[in-house]
Formats: sequence, C-alpha cells, structure tokens
Amino acid sequence: MVAPAFDYVAAGSYDEAVRLLAAAEGDREAKVLAGGQSLMPMLNLRLARPDLLIDINQADQRPPSVADGVLRLPALTRHRVLLEHDLVRRRSPLLACAIRYVGNVRVRNRGTIGGSLAHADPTSEIGCCALALSASVVARGPAGERTLPVSELFDTYWTTTLDPAEIITDVLIPAARPRQGWSFQEMVRRTSDFAIVAVAALVELDEAANTIAAARVALAGVADRVTLADPDLLAGLAGGQANRNGDVDAAAAAIAGRLEPATDVHASGEYRRRLARVLVARALREARARATGEAA
Amino acid sequence: MTRTPIVLSVNGTDHEVWVLPSDTLLDVLHDDLGLADVRYGCGEGVCGTCTVLLDGEPVNGCLILAVQAAGRPITTLRGLMGPGEAMHPLQECFLRRGASQCGFCTPGMVLTSLDLVRRYAGRGRPSREEIRYALVGNLCRCTGYTKILDAVQEYADLAVSGTGAERAPGVPPGVPPGVTAP
Repeated sequence: MVAPAFDYVAAGSYDEAVRLLAAAEGDREAKVLAGGQSLMPMLNLRLARPDLLIDINQADQRPPSVADGVLRLPALTRHRVLLEHDLVRRRSPLLACAIRYVGNVRVRNRGTIGGSLAHADPTSEIGCCALALSASVVARGPAGERTLPVSELFDTYWTTTLDPAEIITDVLIPAARPRQGWSFQEMVRRTSDFAIVAVAALVELDEAANTIAAARVALAGVADRVTLADPDLLAGLAGGQANRNGDVDAAAAAIAGRLEPATDVHASGEYRRRLARVLVARALREARARATGEAA
Repeated sequence: MTRTPIVLSVNGTDHEVWVLPSDTLLDVLHDDLGLADVRYGCGEGVCGTCTVLLDGEPVNGCLILAVQAAGRPITTLRGLMGPGEAMHPLQECFLRRGASQCGFCTPGMVLTSLDLVRRYAGRGRPSREEIRYALVGNLCRCTGYTKILDAVQEYADLAVSGTGAERAPGVPPGVPPGVTAP
C-alpha cells in the first residue's frame, strides 16, 4: 500500500507547529509527525488520510534531565534513548525496562515518548507505565502551556483529551525513590507485538520497610485505553506485611474482576481478564520483592 | 501536490531527486534510484526488508519520508561492499553459513545485525539471545533463522578477535553493555 498524498511542513519550533495546527483547524485535517512509527503505518495502510503533516522533529533537541525528584523527558526523546540513557535507567527503571517490549530496533530508533502517548494506543506499554508512574505531560497550545496528569490524557481508542492544536512537549515522571519496587509484565503471542495484556506496578514500603505503604497498578490491553486499577482495590495491601501472598492474590482478583475487556482476533475478553489477574499478581509480587531488596 | 528537489546522500554519493511530500524513503531509494537492495515488505515497520542506516542507525525506509532524510547519510546493503563489489565480512559469514535462501530479507538482516555488533565494539560480543532479540523485527519467510543466527554469531566472534571483521566506526557513547531480551 502507498500513503495517500498529503502536504508536508517541517516546523522549526513547537510554537510554529501550534500556529500551523491552529491555522489548519476547521479547514484541513492536520497531523503532527514525530517519530512516525505509528502514524506512518496508518498512512501506508490508509487508516489515516490527513491533508497536512506537521513534522516536529526539528522543534527540540533537549536531552532528558532531572530536577527536584522529577525526570523530565522531552517529547521527542526516542525509545532507544529511554532504553539506554543512564539517567532514565537509574531514575525510571520501570520505563527503561518496559521499552524493551516496544517495537523493534528500528522502531525504537525513531519512535518518541510524546508521540507514543499522543497516539493513545490502548495496548501501549509506555502509556501503561506513565499511568503507573503518576506521570504528567506538558502540552502547548494556542493559549499557552498546561500540565495535565496522564490519568486525564487518554480518552478512548487512539484519542486523547488534548485540543486539536495542542502538542505534548514534555513528559514529567516522578523519579524512583528508595524502598520503591517496580515490575512490568506482558503477554504477547510474538515478541515485540502489541500487548494482549500488559501490567505495570509500583509498590512502596513505609519507613519500617516491612509493610506496604502504597501500591499502584496500571493495565494495557483491557479497555479502550490504558487504565489505572482502582486504588481502593489495592488499599487492602497497605499496612500489610510485605510478604503476605494472600493479600496480593485478593487484590489481583478484585482488579481483574472489575475489568470488562473486549474480545477481538487476538484474544477473548475472558482470556484477557484471566491474564490480568495472573499478571497483576506477578507484577505486585515482583515489585514488592524489588522494594524489599529480595530481587534485583 | 508538487514535487520538490532534495539531495539524498546514499552510499557516499549525492543524488538530486524530485519527490512528493508523501514519498517514503523506501519509494525513492527503490523506485527512483533503482536500489533493489531496499525492499517493500509490509509497509508497517514489522518485517525489516526496507532497513537502511540513516545517520548510521537502522530505520524503516517505509516509515520515514524521503524529505526527512534529505542531506543525511544513508547506507544501504550495497554501501557496505568494497571496491569491485567485494563482499562485507558479514556477508561472507552469511554465505558461508547458508544464511540466505531466497535472499529477500538478507539486506535487512545484515544491516540490523551489523548495527548490533558495531554497538558492542570494544565491549565483547552479543549473546545468541541478544542477536535473536535484535533481529525480532526482521522476518525471514523461508524461516532460515538458525543459520542467520549462526552467521551473525560467527561475525561477532570475528569482530571480537579482530580477524577479518571491519573496524567499527562511530559507536555512540553511553550505550550499555547489552540489552537482554524480555
């Protein structure tokens, strides 16, 4: 298949890209081109037919940075950088680990974190981790800049809550803390494929370091968007001895029981719910083991 | 839609080509410049037959626009060969190991695995598992994967012992010693 014809403009800055998006609104369908590893397949398969592509690859050259316990990832940070950058590996090991499940080496060379979040795929490993990590995005639009939590970013299949002329410029992730453990679990039919179900978990121990202070779980592949497990369903873990498996299994069953995953060609809804239960339990156990220092 | 002139720097030679904004790099390399070693497989970035090195890194030719590659160094399989079409040592490993059957996937396999071995330069060699992981996005429909892995392993051994493999240029800094498969 060959992409439909479209116009192309390379924006030299985010402000220029926002102006171009705003100018196109209501007149022509414009799409932002970042790494292009999701948008270009959609064009080649004619699933998307924009009139104009606005290329932002030249808009920003900043590297990842850390300030005040927050990892700042410019939206154009490539997946390969997330995988290999020392700052990301140390300050957000969950994200660096999950990137190994994203695409292949060529996709990771081009794909960007901002583009991935803006694409809002319901099976996205990056979106799943961003939710578990309580990440935020900085979005720039005609009215200026705003910061919104990732939990308010995803609307439904491949749709965000951003305004048409808004662009994600940064992703802000609270840096990993001591006594915090993480885990990423995914089931796929073929390595590097879209997740059937993926789970990201964070477990934090309190000062005494043997009871769980908080746990956070996000899931991909179980709804029309990546979703955060209801914190109430994890509340039973809080204060519990960090080695109680019964609590973990109960929380995983409660989280899976609340899901209504769709059936598609890849898996039945029933199977996805079962996977969610198994993977949430595995993720919580591994995250807990990392928090207590029992696992690498 | 109007065509605009761009310069593509392919295998050390500059080519002025007139392209549509929607032309992919694959379209232009294969159709306009006649490079038969860059191939349309899936159009989705999952099969690896259109792999080229852009700025020295493997990318999907089908998922990048030709205009985005203007003025940047592009290497196709042919660009690895020496004077008189002398084979690259990695190609020789493929030949010795019978790692190429119909040959359609071979350019992508060679370029992707060469990138992997280059990244290890001076820090050992990739394990078989790491080679498998690096090649997960390169499909061989003849299913001759075992011999491909053998060929890449042989080349990685040559690169470590410094006998017969190329000197690796321009390995990016800060790359960790290996990425284990999920």
